[in-house]
Amino acid sequence: MCLAIPSKITQIENNMAVIDVDGVRRECSLLLVEDAQVGEYVIVHAGFAISKLDETAALETLALLREAAALVEAKGGQREEPGE
Amino acid sequence: MTIKHIEEYRDAELARQLAEQIKRTSRRPVRLMEVCGTHTVSIFRSGIRSLLPETVSLLSGPGCPVCVTDQAEIDAFIEVSKQPEVIVATFGDLMRVPGSTSSLQAERAEGRDIRVVYSTMDALAIARNHPEKQVVFLGVGFETTAPTIAAAILSAAAARLDNFSVLAAHKTVPQALDALMSVEDVRIDGFILPGHVSVIIGLNAYRPFFDRHRIPCVVAGFEPADILQAIVSLIEQIESGKARLVNGYPRAVTEAGNRKAQEILARVFEPADACWRGIGLIPSSGLRIRAAYAAHDAGRRFHLNAVEAGPPKGCACGEILTGKKTPPECALYKKVCTPMDPVGPCMVSSEGTCAAYYRYHY
Ligand code: SF4
Repeated sequence: MCLAIPSKITQIENNMAVIDVDGVRRECSLLLVEDAQVGEYVIVHAGFAISKLDETAALETLALLREAAALVEAKGGQREEPGE
Repeated sequence: MTIKHIEEYRDAELARQLAEQIKRTSRRPVRLMEVCGTHTVSIFRSGIRSLLPETVSLLSGPGCPVCVTDQAEIDAFIEVSKQPEVIVATFGDLMRVPGSTSSLQAERAEGRDIRVVYSTMDALAIARNHPEKQVVFLGVGFETTAPTIAAAILSAAAARLDNFSVLAAHKTVPQALDALMSVEDVRIDGFILPGHVSVIIGLNAYRPFFDRHRIPCVVAGFEPADILQAIVSLIEQIESGKARLVNGYPRAVTEAGNRKAQEILARVFEPADACWRGIGLIPSSGLRIRAAYAAHDAGRRFHLNAVEAGPPKGCACGEILTGKKTPPECALYKKVCTPMDPVGPCMVSSEGTCAAYYRYHY
């Protein structure tokens, strides 16, 4: 039931959005999210956007992951916890 | 078009490095439970199991909505489809779940009007187009799905769509985790918490559970790197003896969760006791439609004969949902029970553990 892939909002009308999921056009309701805008990414579940995606947090977690992986190679076991 | 970071979360080299960390840091054998069915599927699809050392066992928990739906609830769904002048609208996963004597699919073959929808909005549209019929939506799912059903009920109430109602069997995750910890013979060393339930309820919703049990917990996203990162964190917590509640999915999950969805959910539903397949009655782990929306509550509208039937004979879904057994340990697995001819819901649902094992040749 969960679409784990984030979808891009391409159009909004009456609390309904047209979204682009990996190139496929679909519709979803915006009733459950606060002020979503065209161009933003949302997570969609059963036809409803349930969250906007925080791209900054996404890139931060990745950076921490990479850093931690490198640190582990050097230190052998210790790492920082990303995302807390 | 996808966002740039998605590709990076799927990067095989990053996955390899994370798996390497797990191998290096994991010493004692651990049993980790992924609570969410979407995680189960993602773990199989991405081949994460083959990357993990022998010390790490992954168990699938009670996070497939169809799988935890009690037999009596399935029977009630079938019962309502037999009522005169009713159109049943449902998510596709429920169609083939065997009830005590029938299934929705079998009822449809008998001529009942049962329609598969993608969203509650589709069900509302059916109600609008068929004012002469009663449209009943079958509501299963956790805190991710329940707000979408609540939103539909609010829309129906606002539009005076009196022929739309919901037969609700929703369940809530933190209460189930609590109950799991007290099931006999269950041994779990850490939880990979569901990403999209957490989007709605927020990290804070797990705090009471975490404070009571002090067991390592990480909320995870659904890409391979997300899941591996969660395992890295869990192993680290277990090895160091310091349990934490970690948000490993901060791009979607916040401390407080989605307040708008929580507010809509709370306006329509109130907590109620619920029966879970394989676990039994868990206090306050379900959601009941509030009296103010009784007109849209199919349970109140149709007086259904609740028959207490018990699970299909020989099906080990209950033990599988609590991590006590894996599907190959069920005597019926692959012999009698297949996705073409399923005995229990764990083989029916696309998120079910038995179906995932079957599909990926375990
Ligand atoms: S293999 Fe079939 S019968 Fe056995 S537990 Fe799974 S669904 Fe039930």
